[in-house]
Amino acid sequence: MSTRHILETVSLSHDFDVSKPWLQRVLAREPRRRLRAVDDVSFHIEPGTTFALVGESGCGKSTIARLAVGLYDPTEGDILFEGQVLSDARAKPATRRRMNMIFQDPYASLNPRWRVRDIVGEPIRVFGLGERPNEARARVGSLLAQVGLTVSDGEKYPHEFSGGQRQRISIARALASEPDFLVCDEPTSALDVSVQAQILNLMRDLQQRLGLTYLFISHNLAVVRHMADRLGVMYLGRIVERGPAEAIFARPLHPYTRLLLDAIPDLEQIGRSRKAVGGELPSPIAPPPGCPFHPRCPLANDRCRVEKPGHTPVGDVLVACHAVAEGRTG
Amino acid sequence: MALLDVRDLVVEFPTRRGVLRALDGVSFSIEKGEVLGVVGESGAGKSLTGVSIVGLLERPGHIAGGQILLDGTRIDNLPAEPMRRIRGKRIGMIFQDPLTTLNPLYTIGRQLTETMQTHLPLSDADARKRAIGWLDRVGIPAAAQRIDAYPHEFSGGQRQRVVIALALCAEPALVIADEPTTALDVSIQAQIITLLKDLTRDEHTAVMLITHDMGVIAETANRVAVMYAGRIAEIGPVETVIRHPAHPYTEGLMASIPSLEHRVARLRQIDGAMPRLDALPQGCRFHPRCPKAFDRCRTDLPDLMDAGATRAACWLHA
Repeated sequence: MSTRHILETVSLSHDFDVSKPWLQRVLAREPRRRLRAVDDVSFHIEPGTTFALVGESGCGKSTIARLAVGLYDPTEGDILFEGQVLSDARAKPATRRRMNMIFQDPYASLNPRWRVRDIVGEPIRVFGLGERPNEARARVGSLLAQVGLTVSDGEKYPHEFSGGQRQRISIARALASEPDFLVCDEPTSALDVSVQAQILNLMRDLQQRLGLTYLFISHNLAVVRHMADRLGVMYLGRIVERGPAEAIFARPLHPYTRLLLDAIPDLEQIGRSRKAVGGELPSPIAPPPGCPFHPRCPLANDRCRVEKPGHTPVGDVLVACHAVAEGRTG
Repeated sequence: MALLDVRDLVVEFPTRRGVLRALDGVSFSIEKGEVLGVVGESGAGKSLTGVSIVGLLERPGHIAGGQILLDGTRIDNLPAEPMRRIRGKRIGMIFQDPLTTLNPLYTIGRQLTETMQTHLPLSDADARKRAIGWLDRVGIPAAAQRIDAYPHEFSGGQRQRVVIALALCAEPALVIADEPTTALDVSIQAQIITLLKDLTRDEHTAVMLITHDMGVIAETANRVAVMYAGRIAEIGPVETVIRHPAHPYTEGLMASIPSLEHRVARLRQIDGAMPRLDALPQGCRFHPRCPKAFDRCRTDLPDLMDAGATRAACWLHA
């Protein structure tokens, strides 16, 4: 438990209760049903770096984002913020202000009735960071400048801005409490590519200038490759492969990571015809036994169908796959 | 003769604050069996071009100029009833969200047979047999049993397969696919694109593939049209447009896409944003963001002109 890590999760799990209402359940004699959205996830993030979680919808990546800022409490396992249990750390405003979140949808995450200066200034007021009113106003101005907007934009309302500019406002608000750690949940997936490039560049610049640490959630592997230092690939609530981003992109080990990388249409592949991988994501309410990926996996054998794989180290990378551990990757 | 010929299409929306011109002089054609990709950012007019062709433009929007010809016959000025017969029979449609395309109250079998019987002279038994055949071709397992299932009983990827069957079952000459894979996960996306590609090749169907995803276009299209602020900025063979773009907007767009092959310190970005329709700049609509703009770009609106292997609306090639 080193304090070198700004955030660390230890065997983190989170369940959602998806039972039917009480009366129906009693009448139908059904037990409670729980959905394990996050299952035994461990990772750590070093200060000033970006750790990315990537996976398809329903894999649990956004649940981890919410757990990481304390919006949900873990069902099992721990989240540590600089070595302290997160719920204890968040009890103190001095540590709570050090973490913040950027959301996916810049249309839903800004209050349409507030002026931009009030949106960006709210964390300053809440944490009492600006002593006098004009001090707070100057701080809002410099935050807006930092994300490429002007001081006069502070007088406008969110609807007067385009999607990319709104995401800049979200970033300015997230930076207002002077955090070190930002959770970014799909920050560019609602944006067009040319605007996405602006926001990704801005986020990298701010990271270098302010020494920020990012937990970066995305389904887009190309975006993750651009942003991440380290990376975790998720499938049905579990991290199936984790390690330095360079190593994973150079030599993906888990069959699911390889499937994802093969499946992405890429500019380099003009007119290529590929063999599509069959199968679809199973329901997380009734995950398959054994390795959750085995129904779609070309390398699955009897062991994969019954025994959940643990994490095997291969170089700097951890892989949860029997085939990789046994060396039958072909 | 081209299968679809769009000439100088203008679409306008009257509003209280004046008339907004959402499409302004859009011209392109699609040959039989060809896949034309249409890319652009949100609001560029890609989907509007698609709905204008099939006559589903919602009022008060209307075609204010130009012509749309299918097999040499004008279809932009047809009354509702003949246009309804063209939709489905001659032009099939695939939309982004399969849930809004499928009727939740009917079995997929009923939706397929109804579509086929509206457009083809088929008996009930033949239509059902064909429907099962189509479900099988689009990769629905146990098609003979699944035909009596309702849309909600399928997963998202399977629903999009059903929508593809629905679009192709009346054997149209042209399919307009508007963001057919955007709502799907990447591993499912690949399956759907492959399916669409294989089926339209077998049937020799022309496809207008509208998407914001350049990767999908690269893999699927023969030619590509890049749209910007209601106009076509560049149109040409897909390989040339991607590797040697002639329009500065296309160039910026290609360079701003993060690559899987290599990591760069900074992505090329195009500063600013696409102008709103009520605040279009004079001259070329891209000039305020264009690194290569010169005097003429600020005053004169360029039309498509020859630029090597592609055609680009840019004064650099005049």
